[in-house]
Amino acid sequence: MRSEELLLRLGALTKHRWKLMEVCGTHTMSIARSGIKRLLPEGVELLSGPGCPVCVTPGEVMDAALELSVRPGVTVAAYGDMLRVPGTRRGDDLAHRRAGGADVRIVYSPMDVLDMAEAEPERQFVFLGVGFETTAPGTAAALLEAGRRGVDNFTVFSMLKRVEPALRALIASEGFAIDGFICPGHVAVITGADEFAFLPREYGLPAAVAGFEPEDILLAVCHLVEMLERGEPALVNDYERAVTAGGNELAQRAIERVFEPRRDIWRGLGEIEASGLGIRPEFAQFDAEVRFNIEIRPAGLKTPCRCGDVITGRIHPQDCPMFERECTPDDPLGPCMVSSEGACAAAYKYMC
Amino acid sequence: MDGIITLDYGSGGRKTSALIEEIIVPAFKNEALCALGDGALLGGHIAFSSDSFVVTPLEFPGGDIGKLAVCGTVNDLAMCGANPEYLSFSLIIEEGLPTDTLRRVVTSAATAAKAAGVQIVTGDTKVVERGRGDGLYINTAGIGRIKYPGLTPAAMRAGDAVILSGTAGDHGTAVMLARGDMMDGAIKSDCAALNGLVDALMASGAEVRVLRDPTRGGVATTLCEFAESAGLGIELCEGDIPVRRDVAAACAILGLDPLYSANEGKMLCVVSEATAQLALEALRAHPLGADAAVIGRVTEGSRVILKTAAGGSRVLRKLTGAQLPRIC
Repeated sequence: MRSEELLLRLGALTKHRWKLMEVCGTHTMSIARSGIKRLLPEGVELLSGPGCPVCVTPGEVMDAALELSVRPGVTVAAYGDMLRVPGTRRGDDLAHRRAGGADVRIVYSPMDVLDMAEAEPERQFVFLGVGFETTAPGTAAALLEAGRRGVDNFTVFSMLKRVEPALRALIASEGFAIDGFICPGHVAVITGADEFAFLPREYGLPAAVAGFEPEDILLAVCHLVEMLERGEPALVNDYERAVTAGGNELAQRAIERVFEPRRDIWRGLGEIEASGLGIRPEFAQFDAEVRFNIEIRPAGLKTPCRCGDVITGRIHPQDCPMFERECTPDDPLGPCMVSSEGACAAAYKYMC
Repeated sequence: MDGIITLDYGSGGRKTSALIEEIIVPAFKNEALCALGDGALLGGHIAFSSDSFVVTPLEFPGGDIGKLAVCGTVNDLAMCGANPEYLSFSLIIEEGLPTDTLRRVVTSAATAAKAAGVQIVTGDTKVVERGRGDGLYINTAGIGRIKYPGLTPAAMRAGDAVILSGTAGDHGTAVMLARGDMMDGAIKSDCAALNGLVDALMASGAEVRVLRDPTRGGVATTLCEFAESAGLGIELCEGDIPVRRDVAAACAILGLDPLYSANEGKMLCVVSEATAQLALEALRAHPLGADAAVIGRVTEGSRVILKTAAGGSRVLRKLTGAQLPRIC
């Protein structure tokens, strides 16, 4: 169905006011780029949740990565958008460390890091494993491959996170006022749509797994509003061309083999039980935290910006007093302004 | 400005502007420089321009650093309304560069110069120690007589048509893919000299207000510069902007935006509404302008607004930092 038809249908459906949350950075970006927010009926409000992996990476963890990058003989390899994520000190990021002489390399895949490590055996290569269930299988595969090839100068600094515990923490948090979730299509490709069945079952919140074209997102919004107006919350898979109920078992097995859930810190949400993926002890030789004795001390630092309120859907980016004034993509205060997937960056870049 | 220069300062976006405005302009201040065009206009009849090329890899689908160095400076002159005549060609070579590579790149530059009708008349060669350069850097400067005076964003009027001479984002995407050894050769750089296309456009009699080749920072950044200089707005229609399907797909995978991706053989032309059709036909009749399209209009506003295919609208801003591939 085309956007216009979906919008007409949505207009006819909407009788009350509903707040819906997307929990995937790619959704955030697609919504902003297509400008659909302003086309929605007055009663439907879209808010961005903790769906951008860069945005939920806390400053304390970045500090550890920054410190690692300046150790002699160490190369830090990361996806591109990690380069501008600040640590706890403003303006201190991997891009600046690189300009100051650190060996920081942008990669598209952890497998590339493995090749680099083999080509330069005198250096230690640390891959910053960032992302949700989407990037975890690739990271696990690289780590298993390192074992097979016997590459002993390759480690992973795991910042990987799980979506489900974060959603539970968000729902349990004070002032939570979201009526339904647009669930992340890419995550669901791996985990399966059923991963999100707990939302209607345990919390009575409707959930729709959505694709990434504007029409995909509008379709999911239609289904969510339909369920809300009828008072019949359920899980719908609106991304059937890519997502199955059970997901990709091979990828799930790889994650499980290499990683185990652990308590982790989320920017904006704080510490959440079992929300991170740590490397299992049997793979300790590939665990950067073990090899380099990294210890993360939760600093509980407050930034003057309100990233935490943005990613929990309490405010829109434009409501933060720092937005566009003190905090811009050129000089971000918080990580929501850093990644192209961040709610603040998307709002800054694309919205009128 | 930060305490140290990061790569973001070279991306052609806001930080590059800051560097030029805060450090370069105050130091050298003069009338010709302060216009900050693609080239300097000297005494009203000569255009002079210079550009450095540091692309990796040195050879990529659709071109190489030699061809790029010639076309880049030819285009800067052509966009000022000048007829490019003479170029300098200076090499900074890193020890260890295969002679064959150098020969290929220089031959390619010669071919490009011949095709563009310019002569390379001076230059310089330096060799630096291994590890002190990226294989090869090239600087070119060029000079030419002004043929079409008065091309400036200040000439823009509300209602004018904005034309893009072909598909957006080919060069940046091709180089990004060549760098990652991905999709080998499927997408080619559009690297080409545009002086012939400018002549064809001007011969049509169209009322041309301003021309610019959207290199670093892409179509979006160049249009923001137009709007800012003219004190006007621009409204674009996403569906009308030509983008190759494979470029759109590759950008989607890499998390890039074709509107912010560099072009090396395209130009943005603002022409009067009345002569837009004339201009379009003249461009399309030229081999380098076959995919030319009217992509938007100049408005009374002050921002660049994109009407999206989904029916929404959003603001386009100048590129922020370098485009970085995103996570997932």
